[in-house]
Amino acid sequence: MAANNYDVIVIGAGHNGLVTSTYLAKAGQKVLVLEAGEQPGGAARTREFAKGYRVSAVAHLLHALHPKIIADLDLMQHGLKIADKAIGTSAMLPGGARLDITSDKVATQAAIAKFSQADSLAYHPRMERLVRLAGALGSFLLRTPPSPSPSSNDFQTKLALGMFALKLRMMGKKDMLELSRILTINVADLANDFFESDILKGLLGLEATLGVYLGPRSPNTVFNLLYRLASMDTKHGQGGHFLPQGGMGAVVDALAQAAKAAGVAIRTQAPVGRILIEKDQAVGVVLASGEEIRAPIIASSADPQRTLLHLVEPGNLDTEFLRRMRHLRMNGCVAKVHLALDGLPDVFRNAQGRMIFAPSTNYVEHAFDCAKYGRVADNPALEIVVPTLTDPSLAPSGKHVMSILSQYAPYKLRTTTADEARTQVLERTLNVLEQIAPGVKAQVTASEVLTPQDMESQFNLSGGQWHHGEVTLDQVFFLRPAASFQQYKMPLPGLWLCGAGAHPGGNVSGAAGANAAREILKDVKGRRGHVA
Amino acid sequence: MTHVQHLKPFLKKTPFHEPMSAMMHGAGWIRWQGFYSPAFYDSTQSEYMACRNGATVYDVSPLIKYAIKGKDAAKFANYLVTRDLTKIKPMNAAYTAWCDDDGRMIEEGTIFRLGENEFLLNAALHQLHWLNESAYGFSVEIEEVSDTLAGLSLQGPNARVILETFGVQGIGKLPHFGIMETAVDGHWLRIDRAGFTGDLGYEIWVKPQDALWLWESLFRTGDPLKIAPMGGHALEMTRIEAGFILVDVDYIGSHHAIRPTQRVSPMEAGIGWAVALKKDAYFVGKRALQKERADGSSRFILSGIEIEGRKPAPGAFLYADEKGTKELGLTTSAMWSPLLKKNIAFAQIPPAYTKPGTQMWIEIWYPKEKKIERSMVKCWMRNRMFFDPPRKKEIV
Repeated sequence: MAANNYDVIVIGAGHNGLVTSTYLAKAGQKVLVLEAGEQPGGAARTREFAKGYRVSAVAHLLHALHPKIIADLDLMQHGLKIADKAIGTSAMLPGGARLDITSDKVATQAAIAKFSQADSLAYHPRMERLVRLAGALGSFLLRTPPSPSPSSNDFQTKLALGMFALKLRMMGKKDMLELSRILTINVADLANDFFESDILKGLLGLEATLGVYLGPRSPNTVFNLLYRLASMDTKHGQGGHFLPQGGMGAVVDALAQAAKAAGVAIRTQAPVGRILIEKDQAVGVVLASGEEIRAPIIASSADPQRTLLHLVEPGNLDTEFLRRMRHLRMNGCVAKVHLALDGLPDVFRNAQGRMIFAPSTNYVEHAFDCAKYGRVADNPALEIVVPTLTDPSLAPSGKHVMSILSQYAPYKLRTTTADEARTQVLERTLNVLEQIAPGVKAQVTASEVLTPQDMESQFNLSGGQWHHGEVTLDQVFFLRPAASFQQYKMPLPGLWLCGAGAHPGGNVSGAAGANAAREILKDVKGRRGHVA
Repeated sequence: MTHVQHLKPFLKKTPFHEPMSAMMHGAGWIRWQGFYSPAFYDSTQSEYMACRNGATVYDVSPLIKYAIKGKDAAKFANYLVTRDLTKIKPMNAAYTAWCDDDGRMIEEGTIFRLGENEFLLNAALHQLHWLNESAYGFSVEIEEVSDTLAGLSLQGPNARVILETFGVQGIGKLPHFGIMETAVDGHWLRIDRAGFTGDLGYEIWVKPQDALWLWESLFRTGDPLKIAPMGGHALEMTRIEAGFILVDVDYIGSHHAIRPTQRVSPMEAGIGWAVALKKDAYFVGKRALQKERADGSSRFILSGIEIEGRKPAPGAFLYADEKGTKELGLTTSAMWSPLLKKNIAFAQIPPAYTKPGTQMWIEIWYPKEKKIERSMVKCWMRNRMFFDPPRKKEIV
């Protein structure tokens, strides 16, 4: 088969794979994207889980898609619709009481004052400061991390690093000291420091641990909080949480449209079996079907373990590097629960679009305790959205879809089997929902649970970790995915990493994909210059 | 170092301990990998002369041995080591290095290819963890089998005649680094033609329960042929003459270097010939070593030097000039060779000075009449294999 006319093969048509391929195609490269699934989208797909009911498969809220990527790729022209107004967050309590946090400062203050007068005064200054600190870190989202050995950094990287340091310095002494104080600590301490009401502490506790195998009292959790908050600044994200029209799949559809318009060829149902290696170089891919496709550059948006431990056959990479890849912390701990509802209890209808059930720090910590010992949380903490409130077309008329992140359901189970875990997740999540809105159980007509094991088998996410590796201080920036290999170029010549396993990591942001495309183009130009 | 009194409760005895003990005249025991090992029996000089003129027997049982088997064994072994094992046929052995990711040498040793997918790796230091880590993804079983084999190294010009007389059929045809398995008097034997003396020699492996039989039979057969036991001190002299390097003496194994700069590449350790950069398959450290070769960034090459005079020069500095203004490197092992009548040493020398015959200066500090005196003498770059008799590889 002489199909050797692609410049670049991108593995995986998730959002990062599509972003990389579009940038490359716009720069004149001939790009082929290979996707294992039936449609592009990866973990950001919208799919039907019960007849007539559709839901975003894994990620269900848009908050981090980088504004520069939206502009560069003309995503608005390609059908991306972001609502005018971000959705608010409601911290729910058993029995239906709640605390609404919205963009309306006065109302939010009044709502908090019902729980604590002190917290209502403290809330905005404290959170705005966190967003400010996060924003300073956020400026590195769209930059290539510098190499720890200074001589191997080019001028651009050095400049970016200098600007970054300057930006941190310009925050002023107080903010800078505060950032260094809180960067590595746990969120329970931070919450105690900031607030006195359990409801706010619990909310902060879940925000900081969502998607990482850590509890509120684990060190490093403030960093994860800042990482999420970086997108709450309109410079680095959407500036809030949005429920996209048509689910997350619509975002990916816009990306796919942009890719096609730029001339990218997308082949679905084409799972890559292995990367083709000749003379110690990646020269193409072999599909699971046995078909061989060649290209001088292979960019993988699959996670680092999948890419480097499975797609690259043993014997092609060095021992210590592979050990690092094997030991990446990729312990998924969130299950996704999809419910088809006959009707929607008023408690959910009246609350803000994003509902959190994490009534206290201890509640979240106890849920983590179960996970720590390899069990599904007895009382899970939840993030709940009802996508049908913004897009009724996702369910038959009058019916609703509920999409829930149920934390914690660990990937590594001790004695529970995968099937037991799935049943437990559903049962325990419904029990919590029942506490919020008695009677809701009876309205559930169909359900689906995706445990981390399911996410691994259905979306090729190693460990069911949706960030392609936990976003903790030891696995970010120039340490992502491993020290000395942070500039998207993998040790195997010709192989690049363009997914969330590379800097700056997870969320539907596209930043890793955009950064990888920039580095690949730099490399291509460098080589062309060399030949000429 | 020769006194191991305080270690006695902890040291293990090799299967040859009893007959070695009977021949031990002095306090010659040292420890080697947790075993009693002879440094000398009576006189190092006579053991050395016996090796070069008759034949000597040295107990190599404490060597650490790893069996590597399974359907990917050949692929894995070739990935692990720097030599191209596709060129090593079954029942042949190869001397090789193995490196870390950065192409820094962890150790070197001998790998025996017993079958298409069956190998035995002999190492001086424990390597199981590294082997297991490297084996990720390969279908192989790795097992330490050190205790299942007892070995004697029979070295010296009379070694072959002794084995012939002993009853080993076809030993004359066994090529250098060849392996054969045979039986004598109903006892299983594995013999490989290699050693650490640079002379004609064989390593003979038996099951531990046959160790005494082997020792007694060899000495009975070899008595008229000047067979003698040998200790580590004499072995040290012969291996320097032969140009063989020793881990943690001539280079520091990368896993126990204190500073990263202490680690060396195989090229720097003077065994660049054992790095098959052109082999088809990738091996651990290959990209780093290719880069070192392409950039010419080897800091030094461990080479042989011949030194003026008779004063041994271990740990001596080399200079480009007599005044000692330009330092070049440092010697590691050094000795006066009684056989060659030469003052020889291994030295870390910058690649620019490694042309044979290049003259340098060396600063030797030596004791004389209760004083330490200094001498600055000439030395010349030489092939590190100072002693390499044709009989080593000869087929009869």
